[in-house]
Amino acid sequence: MDALDLSRWQFGITTVYHFLFVPLTIGLSLLVAGLQTAWHRTGNPAYLRLTRFWGKLFLINFAMGVVTGIVQEFQFGMNWSEYSRFVGDIFGAPLAMEGLIAFFMESTFLGLWIFGWDRLKPRVHLATIWLASIGTAVSAYFILAANSWMQHPVGYRLNPTTGRAELTDIWAVLTNSTTLVTFPHVIFGAFVTAGAFMIGISVWQLARGRDVALFRTSARLAMVVSLVAAVGVAVSGHWQAQIMTEQQPMKMAAAEALWEDETSAGFSLFAVGDVENGRNHVNLQIPGGLSLLATNSLDGKVEGINDIQARYQALYGPGDYRPIVGLAYWSFRLMIGFGALAALLALAGLWFTRRGRFPRNPWFTRIALLGISLPFLANSLGWIFTEMGRQPWAVFGLMRTSAAVSPGADVLEVALTLVGFTLVYAVLAAIEVRLLIKYVRLGPEPETGTEPAEPLPALSY
Amino acid sequence: MELTTVWFVLIAVLWTGYFVLEGFDFGVGVLLPFVARDEAERRTVIASIGPVWDGNEVWLLVAGGATFAAFPEWYATLFSGFYLPLFLILLALIARGVALEYRSKSDHTRGWDRAFFWGSLVPAFLWGVAFANIVHGVPLDASHEYTGNLFTLLNPYALLGGAATLTLFTFHGAVFLALRTQGELRATATRLGRQAGLLTLLVGGVFLVLTQLDSGRPATWVTAGVAAAGILAALVATARGRDGWAFTANAVAIVAITATLFGNLWPDVMPALDPANSLNVTNAASTPYTLTVMTWVAAIFTPVVLLYQGWTYWVFRKRLTVGP
Ligand code: HDD
Ligand code: HEM
Ligand code: HEM
Repeated sequence: MDALDLSRWQFGITTVYHFLFVPLTIGLSLLVAGLQTAWHRTGNPAYLRLTRFWGKLFLINFAMGVVTGIVQEFQFGMNWSEYSRFVGDIFGAPLAMEGLIAFFMESTFLGLWIFGWDRLKPRVHLATIWLASIGTAVSAYFILAANSWMQHPVGYRLNPTTGRAELTDIWAVLTNSTTLVTFPHVIFGAFVTAGAFMIGISVWQLARGRDVALFRTSARLAMVVSLVAAVGVAVSGHWQAQIMTEQQPMKMAAAEALWEDETSAGFSLFAVGDVENGRNHVNLQIPGGLSLLATNSLDGKVEGINDIQARYQALYGPGDYRPIVGLAYWSFRLMIGFGALAALLALAGLWFTRRGRFPRNPWFTRIALLGISLPFLANSLGWIFTEMGRQPWAVFGLMRTSAAVSPGADVLEVALTLVGFTLVYAVLAAIEVRLLIKYVRLGPEPETGTEPAEPLPALSY
Repeated sequence: MELTTVWFVLIAVLWTGYFVLEGFDFGVGVLLPFVARDEAERRTVIASIGPVWDGNEVWLLVAGGATFAAFPEWYATLFSGFYLPLFLILLALIARGVALEYRSKSDHTRGWDRAFFWGSLVPAFLWGVAFANIVHGVPLDASHEYTGNLFTLLNPYALLGGAATLTLFTFHGAVFLALRTQGELRATATRLGRQAGLLTLLVGGVFLVLTQLDSGRPATWVTAGVAAAGILAALVATARGRDGWAFTANAVAIVAITATLFGNLWPDVMPALDPANSLNVTNAASTPYTLTVMTWVAAIFTPVVLLYQGWTYWVFRKRLTVGP
């Protein structure tokens, strides 16, 4: 393996790892804010206990999001210095805005929330969790604007003397059509994630039979949130597919293993491809499905891989412009599939908890616990699809990944850091999961009465 | 002022904020094994930075992001060139952040304390090494890529720079702890502060003089003088039990030291050993349009950030007592 491959592995591993924590942070922070608001409004101590229970789990996860994010901030310089030189003029702007506007906000107000239980007026204290939560969404917006620019560069020109991309219109970058559809997809995905997490743990607590009323509330809340978010993910995903067909047709064609241009293209359910010869051995399809998804019409035309490849060779010069078709195909399918299973689980949960009931079936408990992993898989596969489907480009149509890597990158150094990060991340993952399990088992704090006589202690230390 | 100069100054301000704020976080971590004798004291020491350390760390992230936006070539050369030291800093910051958040929640507090100690010591040292190298200059080729290796960076002058920031931040942490605690803990912090302060005066003084002889200019002799005076004043105030003044004086010293380093740097951002290959505020900068956009963003949001971060320190201003 050369430094390029190692750098790609390193970026892929560290980023997918970071994004394991990100969606849970985004989704859970808002749910916790909602629970605390309910307590503030009603004074019902059950909501306070829920706020503090889920708040603890949220903080355990948040810590990992923060420390893995620090690595992200410097990776572009470390392994992708040519990329940084080429796009810094444009790409650095949203990154700096994210730090200044969002990271300061979420970290500062979260510190106030954790330690402010006994020092801030209840209303001010409530505001801190809302601000922290809004901060996470704002951060997502800016980083997705940066990423969307790599998928679909806008608002720039190429400087012929320096050969670098230069920003000409910041609004175009911040309102990139790709960003506008990616943001809701990622946010809805975050709520599916937080929902499944809350469902799994609540159902397990229900099976244990302690604090039943409490966990019935959070289970129902999470099921509704999950279902609504799943619809949101599907609708926004559909918009994304349409924009993608227009902006990155190769990615769509690869996602569908569609080799030749077709009108009334089918949505493939299962295919075995022959990449060498550019065709499929087996392909099971829903007739007209892809055309409908991509163009809103049953007989719309969708371009195929072989035709786009020929077109791109004419446009960009000789080369292979196909991503790894099998990977794009399966990651796209599995993202949707795992998401659909998560939605199904929420629906089943609503049925099992209808009208005051709660699920007694041990199988449902087991499935709900396993179900926690579904959105995490869907999220990771979604990113793997988005990023690998863009290959061979780092910036679509402008810069190839092979040209983006640091020229001075030393195989040994990259290998060393790749192994180092992976090992540390593996250890941390084990620690985090153990901590989460410990706090789930501990359950909520005992009830303190309607009005806490003692000021509430900080959530940690 | 040229926009490139504005951004050079802004990035210097971000690093200054980082060193002043996370400087004492680092110091608290380095001192933990020495100031606290039992679990209750250790918990108090860590609680002194609990609400603020993450906000302090964001100064680094914004400095990184701002460098990317305003001087992409600087960002690219610096972080690809200082690859392994940066890797170590990142690992240390990871260990430290997780330790701070998890120590109270897990059963292995002593292990986390060790992670917190090393996670504070390593970056406190390596940032000094990095900045000494930046100011002195490193081998760069014509396309501004770093051509040295790890050992090029670990030269005696840079190691002295590391020792200087390590002692400086340790002193800063001691002064901060004295300000935030009372009783036994405060007494120990004051005692350790006196020792760390003397060491800082010695190591930092030698480093500053060498730096000035290497790359100094008249204006930075003044800031270097202010830095020395600040450390001295902090020492005197510590001895007299005037914790607030000690902290202020040492914060001024850190500002002055950062100003000295950046003052020596300008107009370069990454001087090369062969001056023809140096990166400076002009050839490393983004276009005027990007700089204008970012200036507006910084002008609007920096005051807001300062306001709410300042408010946080106000909320948590009360001295901590050692709990049961
Ligand atoms: C869609 C959302 C999203 C995406 C795609 C990314 N992040 Fe992230 N990041 C967040 C959403 C987020 C967050 C929700 O805001 C986090 C998670 C936990 C947290 O503390 O904030 C965060 C934390 C976080 C931090 C720590 C902030 C702190 O100390 O408070 C940094 C430096 C980054 N991220 C940087 C990046 C970079 C450079 C990315 C691109 C490769 C990236 N993140 C992808
Ligand atoms: C957190 C969500 C993200 C995930 C899970 C993710 C995942 C990936 C993956 C799997 C790769 C492919 C590695 C390879 O090609 O072998 C990659 C590459 C890359 N991505 Fe992302 N990515 C994310 C967000 C971003 C963002 C927000 C940016 C920019 C702001 C970005 C920039 C890049 C770059 C520069 C590369 C390296 C070039 C390459 O190898 O393709 N990614 N990412
Ligand atoms: C009907 C269901 C879904 C459809 C049609 C869909 C569609 C898409 C499409 C087309 C993309 C690629 C966008 C691009 O590369 O430009 C994408 C990416 C992504 N998907 Fe989905 N998706 C669905 C379900 C889900 C679910 C359930 C999750 C997670 C819970 C999810 C998470 C993601 C993520 C994280 C990305 C990468 C970021 C992005 O480009 O938005 N998706 N999805």
